Amino acid sequence: MSRQRLGSTDCVHAGTKPVELSGPIIAPIVHCAPFSFSSSAEVMAFQEGRSERQQPEYGRMGNPTVAFVENRLAALEGSGRAVLFASGMAAITSFLLTSLQSGDHVVLTRDCYRRTRDFSTTFLKKFGVEVSVVEPEICEIEKALRGSTKMIFTESPTNPYLNVLDIEALGRLGKSSGATTVVDSTFATPINLRAIEYGVDIVIHSATKYLGGHNDLIAGVIAGSAEVVNPVADMRSNLGGICDPNTAFLLERGLKTLALRVERHNSNGQALAEYLESHPKVERVYYPGLASHPHHAIAKQQMHGFGGVVSFEIRGDLELTARFIDRLELPHLTPSLGGVESLVEQVVVMSYWLVPREERLKLGLKDNLVRYSLGIEDIDDIIGDIARALDGI
Amino acid sequence: MKENEKTRGFSTRLIHHRGSVCPHTGAVSPPIYPSSTFKQQGVNEHQGFEYSRGRNPTRQVLEDYIADLEGGERGFAFGSGMAAISSCFLLLSAGDHVLLTRGLYGGTYRVLSRIFDRFRIQFSMVDTTQVAAVEEAIRQDTRVLYLETPSNPLMEISDIRALSEMAHSRGLMVMVDNTFMSPFLQRPIQQGADIVIHSASKFLGGHSDLIAGLVVTRGEDLGRSLGMVQSSVGAILPPYDSWLLVRSMKTLEVRVSRAQESASRIAVWLTGRPEIEYVYYPGLPGHPGYDVHLRQADGAGAILSFRLSDRVSAPSFLRGLNIWSLAVSLGAVESIVTQPAHMTHASYPVSLRREVGVTDQVIRLSVGLESPDDLIADLEQALDQNKE
Repeated sequence: MSRQRLGSTDCVHAGTKPVELSGPIIAPIVHCAPFSFSSSAEVMAFQEGRSERQQPEYGRMGNPTVAFVENRLAALEGSGRAVLFASGMAAITSFLLTSLQSGDHVVLTRDCYRRTRDFSTTFLKKFGVEVSVVEPEICEIEKALRGSTKMIFTESPTNPYLNVLDIEALGRLGKSSGATTVVDSTFATPINLRAIEYGVDIVIHSATKYLGGHNDLIAGVIAGSAEVVNPVADMRSNLGGICDPNTAFLLERGLKTLALRVERHNSNGQALAEYLESHPKVERVYYPGLASHPHHAIAKQQMHGFGGVVSFEIRGDLELTARFIDRLELPHLTPSLGGVESLVEQVVVMSYWLVPREERLKLGLKDNLVRYSLGIEDIDDIIGDIARALDGI
Repeated sequence: MKENEKTRGFSTRLIHHRGSVCPHTGAVSPPIYPSSTFKQQGVNEHQGFEYSRGRNPTRQVLEDYIADLEGGERGFAFGSGMAAISSCFLLLSAGDHVLLTRGLYGGTYRVLSRIFDRFRIQFSMVDTTQVAAVEEAIRQDTRVLYLETPSNPLMEISDIRALSEMAHSRGLMVMVDNTFMSPFLQRPIQQGADIVIHSASKFLGGHSDLIAGLVVTRGEDLGRSLGMVQSSVGAILPPYDSWLLVRSMKTLEVRVSRAQESASRIAVWLTGRPEIEYVYYPGLPGHPGYDVHLRQADGAGAILSFRLSDRVSAPSFLRGLNIWSLAVSLGAVESIVTQPAHMTHASYPVSLRREVGVTDQVIRLSVGLESPDDLIADLEQALDQNKE
């Protein structure tokens, strides 16, 4: 019997070559940096766009697991293409840095995620991009438009006051002014609103939230026509804020239960909003599913549900509101939203604590504002917990 | 556990459980500890973790989680459903005898007939839908009554409470494979069972992307004994899969609720089709186990089987399906169709298959999360295609 001495080459190559596995119903997780070619001729054909191969030569340019999820996301948003990023902010900043240049003007709605606003008003300004921050109303956006306006960027529903914009009117405004319209649809999800169907150009998500849905991954996505998104994908290869394959796998896994989860978030959100609205210790409730919400009519018209975030003001000051928060036993006290676990924050304490009070008020952020991201727990437990906490203050 | 947490709803207990928040960082997703060994302060001076075959912090979160959901003392996570089942049979000794639900999962039959048989552990199958038949089948050396309810694939229902009372009075231990129901729908320990077993690859995992087994024991002695088996034999679930399984279980209630609703619609639809001779689903009022099942479970679940008439060729019906994946396994987000005689029960001798009624015409459906209209339309076109 001949004996073979094993070396490191065997350790790396023996017995395997790249094989197509037969029929797994889950996409494989491909942890791989460089992707090989079979011959120089194949490289040349790929470079010239003559081959059927989709996979670029290096993982920063693209990854099969990530591409698999991107295709699912594009289908969910009804867009030509979707690209994933390492975080929601990587998606937003990569998109802004790809699409804008010095001298351009951007209209941004005021009630939005703080870091989106900060990036726009500091970084973009530093690069010679002008930014107008306006109230989240179509007429206000229209008033702010200039000849140099390249982009209208808004959230809907907005964070934390859950303003809802008329997305169809926004799309029309973009078409007539020539500005690219962008909706951060994180709070809506494609289950409740597919903004691209209403005529906007780009939909952005922090996929960390409802899309992932389990509070265990960080990712962002940009969806839109291939024409608009392809340059963003190219720029991603340069800026490098890519999504890793394992995160993509978890995200795709989260998407499988997205519709079920969002249905539960919707029904929990509606029930909590209605309960809070009738509670004497609650001053005001912000939820687009309530008839009292200023944008209820348009929300009802364009959305299938109103989501799992309910914002409300406690009848009291900062300290009393903090006491209410601390009496809650069910939700975790933390920022973020959109996961199966209920999360709660007192907005000025969690996200604006070091911002002077006058500044906060200028941004419309009151001391007694609570943002509650409902999970998929039993609504009786959620309301029971809130009732106990309100009773105690 | 705080007092009010015990009375929380099932879906709340799925989200908030022992270990769901990391005490060191506040992470709301439990950390994955890929550590094989744990540093000790002095000899045997540690925080309960020595070596991950025995205990691992991530696996511990999963084990506590399933124990609480099933209402037992201790939970155990294994590398597969079969690792869980065989670890439970390792509690037995040479000369012991096991009574099994007839027609149960082929893998359970195989491990007993091909492996435990070699160690003089005997078994026989019995119609566990009849308490009297089980009592009659008990021998001097019988130690375990092993139940599947609903059984796989014929959905026969065994009365867990009545059988447990009878079995305990005769000194038997009762094990229940609860895979088809999950603790959301059925909690056998509360009905008197001693051990609950899951192939967690099914509803608990739910996404067709992991293989795992879980066991919950009642009482300290049993927990200690199975803990000894787990750490000695070592068929453990690794930390990453333990974490993925915890993640999966967060949506157990929404997944199973939806799948069950669809399954019930499909069962009713199938009963109206002339090509279908019989529908096996405990949610149909005509099912012989209907009353017993609804007394011991909170729903009929998302698995059903049916018997095709001889006029329809089973292989061509199966080939004609588009949305339903022809595969083994069940309990996933994807709908799965199986021909048990040649797939899950292929280990049965042909004569035994015939005896228990698992014929080639029996088809098992595991209903997933797709729209029930689409699932029904797919079944309809496959049946229509195969009309004579």
